[in-house]
Amino acid sequence: MKHPMDLMMGLLIVTGLLMVSAIVLALGIAPDAVNLATPTERFAQRIFYFHVPNWWVGFLAYLVAAVAGALYLISRQERWDAIGVSSIEVGLTFNTIGLVSGSIWAKPTWNTWWTWEPRLTTAAIGWLMYVGYLMLRSAIENPQRRARFAAVFSILAFLDVPIIFLAIRWWRTIHPVVIGSEGGQGVGGFALGPTIQLVFFFCLGAFTLLYVTLMLVRLRTEFLSQRVERLRQHLMFR
Amino acid sequence: MIETRGLVKAFGSRLVLRGITLHISAGEFVTLVGPNGAGKTTLMRILATLSRPSAGQVLVGGCDLTRDPMRARHMIGLVSHRTLLYDDLSGEQNLLFYAQLYDVARPKMRVEELLRQMGLWGRQRDPVSTYSRGMQQRLAIARALLHNPPILLLDEPDTGLDHHAAMTLGALLRQTDLGQRTVLMTTHNLEYAAAWGERAVILVNGRIVFQVNRSETDLATLRAQYDHYASSA
Amino acid sequence: MHPLRKILAIVAKDLAAELRTREMLGAMFVFALLVILIFNFAFELRAENQRTLAPGVLWVAITFSGMLGLSRSFIREKDRGSLEGLLLAPVDRGVIFLGKMLGNALFIAVIALIILPVFVILFNLSAAVMPQLATIAVLGTIGLSGVGTLFSAMAVHTRAREILLPVLLFPLIVPVILSAVKLSAAAIDNLPFAEAQQWFSLLVVFDIVFAVLSFLFFDYVVEE
Repeated sequence: MKHPMDLMMGLLIVTGLLMVSAIVLALGIAPDAVNLATPTERFAQRIFYFHVPNWWVGFLAYLVAAVAGALYLISRQERWDAIGVSSIEVGLTFNTIGLVSGSIWAKPTWNTWWTWEPRLTTAAIGWLMYVGYLMLRSAIENPQRRARFAAVFSILAFLDVPIIFLAIRWWRTIHPVVIGSEGGQGVGGFALGPTIQLVFFFCLGAFTLLYVTLMLVRLRTEFLSQRVERLRQHLMFR
Repeated sequence: MIETRGLVKAFGSRLVLRGITLHISAGEFVTLVGPNGAGKTTLMRILATLSRPSAGQVLVGGCDLTRDPMRARHMIGLVSHRTLLYDDLSGEQNLLFYAQLYDVARPKMRVEELLRQMGLWGRQRDPVSTYSRGMQQRLAIARALLHNPPILLLDEPDTGLDHHAAMTLGALLRQTDLGQRTVLMTTHNLEYAAAWGERAVILVNGRIVFQVNRSETDLATLRAQYDHYASSA
Repeated sequence: MHPLRKILAIVAKDLAAELRTREMLGAMFVFALLVILIFNFAFELRAENQRTLAPGVLWVAITFSGMLGLSRSFIREKDRGSLEGLLLAPVDRGVIFLGKMLGNALFIAVIALIILPVFVILFNLSAAVMPQLATIAVLGTIGLSGVGTLFSAMAVHTRAREILLPVLLFPLIVPVILSAVKLSAAAIDNLPFAEAQQWFSLLVVFDIVFAVLSFLFFDYVVEE
């Protein structure tokens, strides 16, 4: 039976390798996108390989947290609370990186650092929601209450995300609707050739693995701290 | 009527009740004494369904509190050291409101009856914030008795009352058919424990350390036991 | 007794308590008024952009003063221990939630409706627009009160209560504010209903979904 630390190391190494490959593929090997005018734009487009997986992982993280919240409320097992907080912390990190990377891409492409378009605005609101989640947690001392409130909030927040997105989308749009459209609309859109698709999905996979790895690392810390609490209770029972 | 088996309550990593096994039969009057932090209020809150046990079993009036607390609520009246009343409303308004929540039959009559019994008729339209502490406690007792509960939980009801007011309270309590109710009263005051009820229980550090029938002891013995356990904690 | 009567009893109790002191309603009203006035100064609202900004100003005023009411409602209950009095009683937690939510909605709606005529006057709008704005105000208020009551029940147990409620609540009620503003704008600009219909549907759906969700989750928030 392999020692858990060995497995963890193994996972870290694999993730590291995949991420490096992803970077190489995205920045170097993937072909230039067609209908983009300037070289700056063409290079900036490559951020798409990181940006979109980033969003995907952020979304996944929040989904996992909501499900973990529901499972906590049902079972009252503290491990679900650990999964919830770990997922949201990791998700928030990706969310932040996504907002920043999106902004970096926006400058050369749309000539603005920020714009109030649906995906971006929803992401910003999501960011605020989950920062609120962390603030809620830090304001409660009782661990059971903290877990309960956190669970309720993460479920409600997640269910609200599609509604928020819909509302903002009805309001405005200039973000390139790349997936599920006929060859790329909006300013800065581009067509998805087969190689581009391959690289994209590779990066998606690499990012998802990165999420899992970071989650496990964070979970380990959380489980350890839960174990310390249990031991403390045990000692006090004398 | 009230039964706990191995009741444990923890707040985070802080253990407040460390395995309480207590049995109170129907119609018994038990006083519970203990120093600050012993867990008296925590125990009362769990019995009153305001708090859930971390482990162990609690049966009140035959209802398992972890499974069916709602049924138990019909049978319990709680008098806490906080009044749990609405300061801005009048005594009468407070009682009428709770009468509705407790499904009391003929609420107006019952409210008047209780207000008169507690000596509050005449001030019933004044806001509770204008009542003295003693009057507020009497109103709290009236609220606890609205639905004629078979179980009465009194959590340090004499808090903040001077000796005279406490004696009045005691007299009033005895008038309210205590004999037919199951009563658990917590107090700081060993005199009450020695003078009231059928059994005295000492709670220290979340554990029951001593129990005795009042007929088999006196104030001096009780005090000696209390000091012994409280100081060795 | 029928649960509906218990719900109304809770609303009546909150109303009676508030009418005695009027401190909360007074504060909310003054606050809403101040928000409108401050916006006037801050944006130097002159005739041209007045009509464009009007709906936004109205809803910022309603939302912020609504937050005030929401947090005060549970803080009052908790500090005097009366929330425990409610929990002691053989009343379904859902009934307590509906009672509190209805009470909150009532207070916020009352303030919104009192503010409306002032708003219409200050922004030089036609009085004919008031019934529509009133309807929108009521719908928006329900949206605010659903999740707002749930979150204020949470926030009251925390250290930074008054600050935490807006932080938690605002992101989630974005659809309510957006819909309400869009609908108000349509009313002010006298557009046909069909143009703003999607916003109306969104608002109603949000109101229902989140009121139901908050009702379901309230149990978990007040248990101990």
